[in-house]
Amino acid sequence: MLGINDPGIILGYLLSVVGLIACVVYGALNWNKGMETSTDEIQRDLDWEEKDEHLKEEI
Amino acid sequence: MNTFTLGLVVVIYLLVIAYLGYRGYSQTKSAKDYLLAGRDIHPFVMAMSYGATFISTSAIIGFGGIAGVYGMGLIWLTALNIIVGVFIAFIFFGRVTRKMGHNLDAHTFPEFLGNRFQSKKIQIISGAVIFVSMPLYAAVVLIGGARFIESIFEIDFSLALTFFSIIIAAYVIAGGLKGVMYTDALQGSIMFLSLFFLLIVTYQKLGGVSGAHQALTNMVDLVPENLKSAGHEGWTVFPKMNSAWWWALTTNIILGVGVGVLAQPQLIVRFMTVKSNRELNRAVLIGGIFIFVATGFIFTVGALTNVYFHNESGQLAIQFAKGNVDLIIPEYINSAMPEWFVYLFMLALLSAGMSTLSSQFHAMGTSLGRDFIENVFPKKKFNSMMLSKISIIVAIIISIIIGYKLPGSIIARGTAIFFGICAASFLPVYFAALYWKRVTKTAAIWSIITGLLASAFALAFMHAKESEPLGICQALFGKPTLATEFPWMIIDPMVIAMPVSIVVLIAVSLFTQKTSDEHLATCYHGIK
Repeated sequence: MLGINDPGIILGYLLSVVGLIACVVYGALNWNKGMETSTDEIQRDLDWEEKDEHLKEEI
Repeated sequence: MNTFTLGLVVVIYLLVIAYLGYRGYSQTKSAKDYLLAGRDIHPFVMAMSYGATFISTSAIIGFGGIAGVYGMGLIWLTALNIIVGVFIAFIFFGRVTRKMGHNLDAHTFPEFLGNRFQSKKIQIISGAVIFVSMPLYAAVVLIGGARFIESIFEIDFSLALTFFSIIIAAYVIAGGLKGVMYTDALQGSIMFLSLFFLLIVTYQKLGGVSGAHQALTNMVDLVPENLKSAGHEGWTVFPKMNSAWWWALTTNIILGVGVGVLAQPQLIVRFMTVKSNRELNRAVLIGGIFIFVATGFIFTVGALTNVYFHNESGQLAIQFAKGNVDLIIPEYINSAMPEWFVYLFMLALLSAGMSTLSSQFHAMGTSLGRDFIENVFPKKKFNSMMLSKISIIVAIIISIIIGYKLPGSIIARGTAIFFGICAASFLPVYFAALYWKRVTKTAAIWSIITGLLASAFALAFMHAKESEPLGICQALFGKPTLATEFPWMIIDPMVIAMPVSIVVLIAVSLFTQKTSDEHLATCYHGIK
């Protein structure tokens, strides 16, 4: 196959390509999925910032 | 190569790096910005940064050269890098790490483990393990980069080392993780373009894809005797089962590096730099393509250099490089590629070193500052950002001293030592932290400690490649390794140490107190 006869090497290349295709397909299908919508995550971000500010003032 | 043109290209490159470092600096106002890049990194930047950090100069030059000697078997590492290092890492580890890290207010990997198990001890131990073992890994990349600058600019090694360290230190210290990741994205892009072009031109020169591969297959009779006895059966053939090269390839390279990547603290922290799973989903696509090109293309080119050198000079690649594996790729670039590409490739190599080093410096600094010092002195109030900056300077100085003082034979094993220690100490605990609610704090501590001790034992007394240069076994027992039967002296330390760490983790968990349901609810909040 393409000048390579050893199944061990062919399988290595095939697995690499399968892995690549899996990454591309997964990424494309889920391109717009998984956006964080929960308000508590945003609240937690604000808490982090507040904690940081508070610590800075203390120091 | 014209030194003036090369100098000009490098100056322009450094100006762009300086600009990106400045952008990082101007956008860094808090510890969250400095340690986690503000948690709002673009998926392209995240994916390229992950890839560029993972792929160092030694991965391109070193592994490319190994492919030149042993052939295409290394493509299995590419397969693992994509499937384990990107697909599994991002989807099964990254998504949960991101959310749980946020739930637990974690800014670093040791802090993630510490907060998950409600144990400052775990954070301190993990920070110490990283801070103690990573400088050796950083020294490998630092010395490699300085040697590279020394050779292309024909300047003194000390000057090259100072120049290289100061430039990276400047943007890491000032720009924090934002500065690191912005510059990584540029550096990753340069690496991607050069390696992409390299393979295309190589196939063009050697008669197309099938033609080039067939020519390499036909060279089977030219395999030198010493390589044949190690299991080499041709450059397009997987090594002979149970031979020395078969064990080295399957355990040290494919498993050691391919699986070891999951436990790299400087990579894990990147999962926590994005604000939602959407960014990770997008990064899977970008990271998969990057790793496919960055590793698969150089391994293929490395093997094919034999066809080129045989056609041009009647020699094998390793013969043309006068026996120095690390010279195969540079010799090939200089001989076979157009002059403008030589400049681009030099930038790619510089980029590969800088992107790995910047992340190492950042990870070491935060481990010392945030994870170790802040928790060892809990009563003192520290400014995390300032403490991390000072710690990064300390980390850089230690890496330079190690690079200067330790023998080259030990430095050369720095990457393997760090990967081995991280995999055995952290991977079982990290996986259990994400997916096994029954795991306990005591088990996590013992698993990290036994993983560390078991890998240190395997490195110092079993695996000949490390035990010989370390010399501890020789001093205590009068022989370079305690492993007398084949293949134990070749098998990667991770294969010995990780099962020990896993058994301890499971066994101790079953006999110690469970984590409270309340804390588990906090950890897994929003995780399906």
